[in-house]
Amino acid sequence: MRIPAHGLLSCPHSPEVHTILLYARLVRYGFRKHATYVAAALAGAFTNSVFGILRAYVLIALWQARPGLAGYDVLDAVTFCFITQAFIGPMQLFGGGLTIPERIRSGDIALDLVRPASLQLCSLAEDLGRAGYLFVVRGLPPTILGALLFGITAPDNPGAFLVSFTLGVVVSFGWRYLVALSVCWLLDDRGTMAVSLVLTTFFSGMMLPLGIFPGFLGDLAAALPWAAMVQIPMDVYLGKADIWQALGVQALWVAVMLGLGALGTRLIRHRVVIQGG
Amino acid sequence: MVRTYVLLAWTWTRAAAAYPVSFAIMTVLGFLVAGLDVAAILVIFSNTTTLAGFTRDQVLFLYGTSNVAFALCDMLVSNLDRISLHVKSGTFDTMLIRPVSTWIQTATDRFLITRIGRVLQALLVLGYAVTALDLPWSRLWMVPVMIGCGFVIFSALWTLAGALQFVLTDAPEVSSAFTYGSGQLTQYPFAIYGREVVRGVTYVLPLAFVNWQPGLYVLGLPDPFGTPEFMRFLGPVAALVLALLAGLAWRQGIRRYRSTGS
Repeated sequence: MRIPAHGLLSCPHSPEVHTILLYARLVRYGFRKHATYVAAALAGAFTNSVFGILRAYVLIALWQARPGLAGYDVLDAVTFCFITQAFIGPMQLFGGGLTIPERIRSGDIALDLVRPASLQLCSLAEDLGRAGYLFVVRGLPPTILGALLFGITAPDNPGAFLVSFTLGVVVSFGWRYLVALSVCWLLDDRGTMAVSLVLTTFFSGMMLPLGIFPGFLGDLAAALPWAAMVQIPMDVYLGKADIWQALGVQALWVAVMLGLGALGTRLIRHRVVIQGG
Repeated sequence: MVRTYVLLAWTWTRAAAAYPVSFAIMTVLGFLVAGLDVAAILVIFSNTTTLAGFTRDQVLFLYGTSNVAFALCDMLVSNLDRISLHVKSGTFDTMLIRPVSTWIQTATDRFLITRIGRVLQALLVLGYAVTALDLPWSRLWMVPVMIGCGFVIFSALWTLAGALQFVLTDAPEVSSAFTYGSGQLTQYPFAIYGREVVRGVTYVLPLAFVNWQPGLYVLGLPDPFGTPEFMRFLGPVAALVLALLAGLAWRQGIRRYRSTGS
């Protein structure tokens, strides 16, 4: 039985409006929760920027040796480098960002599961709030620094890029949610986190543009969900992809990831053993 | 000092060995994560034969020498960068009253032997590069020297980063830009970086002496930035100076430390 979120907000709206208001409020809470740690976010932005500079030199050297590689010129490659560094915070590309593993270990997950709202959608709403905050605080500094030091191009179609970026965040959430749920079976998430880190860094385009991966490896990387996190939004940014096709592929991965997540949520209801008191 | 270090590290290792499967998995995963950087180099060289004038095997040699030193540091001293956690939670007070140096206590806190996976990975790459390049024995003596100097330089950097956290307790991530950033920077030949950057990491932060300057000697190559020949042998001096500075900074940090009172 689906119980509408009455009682949480006491205003005279239909249940659907209540649900929307609830999630909107969770997005805001996610934003505010992360806004508390300004110093940590700025420190992260600093580190992302420093690594951006180091990566940029490697890519510049490669594109000087092979001008026009993968359809990018040097400017595209440098842009790719700094904008992907800006993705790290909001997309949480190195994993984590969800409180579910701790809540499973502490037993608090029991409370989350009896709430009349979906655990998955609540987590997604909070994560979007987090991403929104980090987009500004951890996304802008590397971008501005890259523009000042090396020069980068502006997005080809800013509106399409924002949509594609948001879809990328949702795919990333969907993947991290699945990784987080694995704690229910494995009790410890360090192993899955490390595997996820390797897969995400390598296959998303975070390390190097997927277009320069040789042969089969390149085809494989393009067909995997991680490409929808970094490579596709970057292709939209640089205007190297057909916008509708790119957004379609991302939407497909959003559907797959959220579908698997919903299935996982149902499974853990039967699976979860409350460990805490 | 070494005895205390080994004793504390051994205690943590025994604790970790209580979960043998987890222990094995983490070692293998450390190996894999470290392999990512090599994968990046291999992907780059699947597109080109030289990067800023260096061949794949030469880059792998530079990567290997720097990374053996870096991975050793990551295993043996990198826990220094968790000092801000101790300061925040108040556990640093306990360390101060124990009759062992705070540096050793922080460095061994949560010592993870599983990080040996990264060291093995770096050694494998270095072994491959040395064999593939067919380097003469008359210059190979430099390899252990550069790994030793690299280890001291990276350790000093971690110590400096730890000392910095007494000031920047809320933003410990700043220090990883220096420590992990240095590890990343020394993976590639300095020829790819801008002249100012190279000057900075030669004369201000002596990262050039980890593997670039001595590496040029082993590879028998001239410096594209035209530094004189004797610079190839300054590694030990640079390591010593930086280690002294780091020691001073650490003491200064402890003097500045104020307990949270919790």
